[in-house]
Amino acid sequence: MLELVLAAAPIGVAPTDNSWINFDFTALFQNFWSATFDGVTFGAVYGLIAVGYTLVYGVLSLINFAHSEVFIVGAYGVVVTLLTLGFGPNAPTLSPVAIIGDLLLAMIVGMIASALTALLLERIAYRPLRRRNAPRLAFLITAIGASFAIQYTIFLIQGPLGGPSGANAMPSVTMFQQHPVFDVFGTIIYDVQLIIVIAAIVLMIATDLFIRRGRTGRGIRAVAQDPDTATLMGVNRERIIVITFVVGGILAGAAALFYIMLVPSGVIYNGGFILGVKAFAAAVLGGIGNVRGALLGGLLLGVISNYGQILLGDAQWADVVAFVVLVLVLLIRPEGILGQTLGRSRA
Amino acid sequence: MSLSSDGPKIMPDAESAREAIETESIAVRRHGPFVHLRERWNELPRQAQWAWLLIVVAIAFALPYLNFFPLTTEPGNDWPIACFSMAVYALVGVGLNIVIGYAGLLDLGYVAFFAVGSYTAAMFTSPDSPLAKIPYLWTLPLAIAITMFFGVLLGVPTLRLRGDYLAIVTLGFGEIVRILATIIPAMNGQVGFQNVGHPPGTDAHGLPVFVVSNGTPWYWLTLAVIIIVLLLAGNLERSRVGRAWVAIREDEDAAEIMGVPTFKYKVWAFAMGAGVGGLSGALFAGQVGFVNNQKFDVQTSILFVAAVVLGGAGNKVGALLGGAIVAYIPVRFTAIADYKYLIFGVVLVLLMIFRSQGLVPAKMRLLAFARRAMHWVPPTEPKSAPESANATEGSAS
Repeated sequence: MLELVLAAAPIGVAPTDNSWINFDFTALFQNFWSATFDGVTFGAVYGLIAVGYTLVYGVLSLINFAHSEVFIVGAYGVVVTLLTLGFGPNAPTLSPVAIIGDLLLAMIVGMIASALTALLLERIAYRPLRRRNAPRLAFLITAIGASFAIQYTIFLIQGPLGGPSGANAMPSVTMFQQHPVFDVFGTIIYDVQLIIVIAAIVLMIATDLFIRRGRTGRGIRAVAQDPDTATLMGVNRERIIVITFVVGGILAGAAALFYIMLVPSGVIYNGGFILGVKAFAAAVLGGIGNVRGALLGGLLLGVISNYGQILLGDAQWADVVAFVVLVLVLLIRPEGILGQTLGRSRA
Repeated sequence: MSLSSDGPKIMPDAESAREAIETESIAVRRHGPFVHLRERWNELPRQAQWAWLLIVVAIAFALPYLNFFPLTTEPGNDWPIACFSMAVYALVGVGLNIVIGYAGLLDLGYVAFFAVGSYTAAMFTSPDSPLAKIPYLWTLPLAIAITMFFGVLLGVPTLRLRGDYLAIVTLGFGEIVRILATIIPAMNGQVGFQNVGHPPGTDAHGLPVFVVSNGTPWYWLTLAVIIIVLLLAGNLERSRVGRAWVAIREDEDAAEIMGVPTFKYKVWAFAMGAGVGGLSGALFAGQVGFVNNQKFDVQTSILFVAAVVLGGAGNKVGALLGGAIVAYIPVRFTAIADYKYLIFGVVLVLLMIFRSQGLVPAKMRLLAFARRAMHWVPPTEPKSAPESANATEGSAS
């Protein structure tokens, strides 16, 4: 019997046809620059989501599993706002100023939705456990339960809210007609890509300044470094924790707008999971607990998974590559590239 | 244990005193509705315990025939097949309990091991697969071996780190297995594998006993497997390995300092949990007779976690019960079947806040033993000794 099993093994390893995985280096070299720029654009979105993981981890040493749902709620906020404003699958025929105004409004709604979700999550799910000094496992289980509850609340109420019923994605929303701006190395750069990358970098610099310069930022760093001493020094720990969750939520809301800009029909109630894993991978790659690392990790992860997807020949490989990157980082350098944590970062 | 245990503690004495009180109160709170039952159970002689267990097992085997009103499923769900799926979830609960309950590691991608087991059974028995065919029953140990290999593969990079990483890596792994099943042509994607094999045996009419439409023989097979796994898990629990797991769960750093090779035992726990997951997956594939990439989603993983946590992480009977309940509720109350994910998500949050020990709390006998051992040690300060001894005794009872 054993011989039979052993004989079967090599057949199992060899695929029936060779088209499912290919190391197509010519395709990679041909599309190298476009893959890079696309990757950077997606990476900027991952980076924005990753900040939410990184900040909460820095302050509470806790992976907020429900952060992917914070993002999804923001995405629903954005889509619902845009649908109400009359956006649809085709690019709107409004004046640029009106479009910018509408998008800003949608972003603000998304930010508020995400920030409120994060706030409620902290209040309802995490705070009672913190009061009780619950073991770490309890936090993880609560997080996953909350994430599940939020997902299926969306699933159940999206029909009444004017969305599709059942397990369908929200209607596609195109924000504006994409225009080529200039080319680099023979690859056309579109305005969408520029807007997303620049906006993400601006938001990240603002977050970084907020944490490094401001009074509240100093509080966040103090709590990250040593909660007990910070409390003795007059820092209100609970307030700092709430602010941390809200800041992560705001950035997730912004990321939601940019994500929909890239993937107009990508909003679905359970779409957060894999995006959350990717953003978490980005946070770990850059160094979890490190705000600058989150952006760096996000950009790198976006580029790497895009290369992987072109090299291996199927869009779904992007997720697999991101996951492999996460495991490799944990294996080789668990502290990430920049490696320093929020508490130890200098002002 | 405070969440941020790095920095120096304010007033270490006060802190430790407060923590001690809290541990005691948790120990008291762990006593649930089943506590009297358990006390009486423990007082029974060994023979009486076995006799009662035999009755329970007999009732369990008769379950497919107990098809009457308050118990049975609502129309549209076949009762013996519901029994089978309860048994599979119970087996999953027992397996996942090794990971979550004993070793305190959160595995959010358990469905991936379940999937690997299912695919092992399907690919070695289904005519749709290019692989060599082996008899179905041989795929059960094979599924265990292959999933254990995957467990080690996943555990080694992540288990050296904090538990949170394991959770997210397993979450990702669950999704990756599904994606790989879609893109690798040999795994047939959505088309899947038809006619998965089944154990041999024919009835009086010469028809095979194990068929897709009849859940009863599959239920009995699974129940037999559960009993074997429970006996093995019980032995493990009481062995050196089990004590090491509990030590890791309660305080990993302390366990490491006391000489427990924590990494090794964590990998063991993870691999064994994975093995049981693979076994249950192979059984599931056999009964359903069809495996494709649509059945193994993250949601199912979370249901598995909910089963263990609801039943009582760290208690194999609890995990068994939790698994059966999670499978039973949606088929018994079809009105709420659509809301089951929402309900179990909320249940997880509420359980963690109000009753983190689940329905059947983990046995605290080991910990209580340690507490009793405290006052066998001769007191160093004769003045305060009687008081503290009384306090320990009072709280341990």
